[in-house]
Amino acid sequence: MTGELAISVQELTKRFGDFTAVDAVTFSVSRGEIFGFLGANGAGKTTAMRMLCGLSFPTSGQAQVAGFDLFTESEKIKKNIGYMSQKFSLYEDLTIVENIRFYGGIYGLTDEEIRSKTEFMLHHLHLEDQAKTLTRSLPLGWKQKISFSVAMLHRPQIVFLDEPTGGVDPVTRREFWTMIYQAAHEGTTVFVTTHYMDEAEYCDRLSIMVDGRIEALDSPQELKKQFGVANMEEVFVKLARKAKRTEA
Amino acid sequence: MNPSIHVADVNKSFALGKVKVEALKSISVDVARGELFGLIGPDGAGKTTLFRILTTLMLADSGEATVDGLDVVRDHKEIRKRVGYMPGRFSLYPDLTVAENLSFFATLFSTSLKENYDLVKSIYQQIEPFEKRKAGALSGGMKQKLALSCALIHRPTVLFLDEPTTGVDAVSRKEFWYLLRELQQAGITIMVSTPYMDEAGLCDRVALMQEGRIMEINSPRQVTKNFKKALWSVRASDMYKLMMDLRALDQVETCYPFGQEHHVVFKGDIRDAEQARAIVSTIEASHLQMNQIEATIEDCFMELMRQ
Repeated sequence: MTGELAISVQELTKRFGDFTAVDAVTFSVSRGEIFGFLGANGAGKTTAMRMLCGLSFPTSGQAQVAGFDLFTESEKIKKNIGYMSQKFSLYEDLTIVENIRFYGGIYGLTDEEIRSKTEFMLHHLHLEDQAKTLTRSLPLGWKQKISFSVAMLHRPQIVFLDEPTGGVDPVTRREFWTMIYQAAHEGTTVFVTTHYMDEAEYCDRLSIMVDGRIEALDSPQELKKQFGVANMEEVFVKLARKAKRTEA
Repeated sequence: MNPSIHVADVNKSFALGKVKVEALKSISVDVARGELFGLIGPDGAGKTTLFRILTTLMLADSGEATVDGLDVVRDHKEIRKRVGYMPGRFSLYPDLTVAENLSFFATLFSTSLKENYDLVKSIYQQIEPFEKRKAGALSGGMKQKLALSCALIHRPTVLFLDEPTTGVDAVSRKEFWYLLRELQQAGITIMVSTPYMDEAGLCDRVALMQEGRIMEINSPRQVTKNFKKALWSVRASDMYKLMMDLRALDQVETCYPFGQEHHVVFKGDIRDAEQARAIVSTIEASHLQMNQIEATIEDCFMELMRQ
């Protein structure tokens, strides 16, 4: 499978003083895979994700992301990945089109590329009439779809999604997942965290973090079989209950 | 007996720039004493606006509302003494410690932690080890427990909780709902909002809300019973292709992904298994499986959104 791996991580660790936020995790993600990254609040998901995006320097271990070394080539990694945070992170006082132009520029797209991408995106999301609307005044569901499209603007090899669907209505949530499915279908690797356990079941494979370690990693079917339960929620609860870290 | 919360034909709109947003459109609902009542709906449904009106922090444009038999406009001072409110955004003082926050709110209501310890005990015990920590430095789950303790410190008769479990992991959510049941047993009426449809099943009754309207009020059991169409679960090895193919079929009315299955309703509401199978088997797919299932709250919510 080498060469087909989008993410490959060995014994990756992050310590803050005497606190080990991420404790020697080892896993890999294949190209085009939808990989769910689950864990309770405080389990170390965000820290791990920040490391993989090149935003936080690991204490020890090894990792390759999008074909680049996490320790020596983090700037190249940043150019080859997309990231969508759980907080709306487009500029609220810019219009949709201005945001696209801004992020397109940051990722080094040509004017021509930005023009064609803008047209494609507005058409695809049925937002032609809203092109000049400030993103501040858009409904949450639209904001999230635009954020995702902007994260995909430079055709990244991997897109990281941090709880992308919190608070949206069930129909929009499914439209959003259809976009994720489609991206994966076209070869983008999707790395996603969520608190919706039914969404976890959309993933090809899942890992569940407990106290900084990966305690389970498999397809949703296999995990349910392994734990002898009917749904992912029960798998999650069984594992997360073992957490010893005092949350504070 | 009077309902604990009574809302009749309440409307509220805001100006957002040049756009007028109707946050609440003719909302009517009654909540009985001691009930655990859920407002279920996504961002923008109007849940927070309703909470603000009921907790006397905002005036409705029209309509009337009472809490504990008291009018939200005329008797607002008395209502404020009786209700507990936990807003969706953390609103305690981040630069005060856990203990200081609690004693601050107790003092505002002329009471003390000691006086009401039995009520907050099971929640407060979990944050007691961090009594001297500043509230701003607590984790999400702990902030939430402190906020709930503060909302309970004056022994309210009615408790309003605005999205207490948003962004909270599945385990902590379970524990939180367990706490709510305990409070209910202590006689407190609870109105709680959530965007998580699976939490609807934990309420006595729910209002399903979308874009300022209540689409249905019922017990969760009755909500799902009211889903009158035959619902089919369909699976295959390539679920993305299966969804596209199903949606392309003329006979398919709706097809929504639900984790590892798709939920399908056929046009003309086909109930016969053989007939349904015949339609789906025109799709080329490996490991194709289907069976009829019962609707979940989320199926019902999406069906109501379509109407």
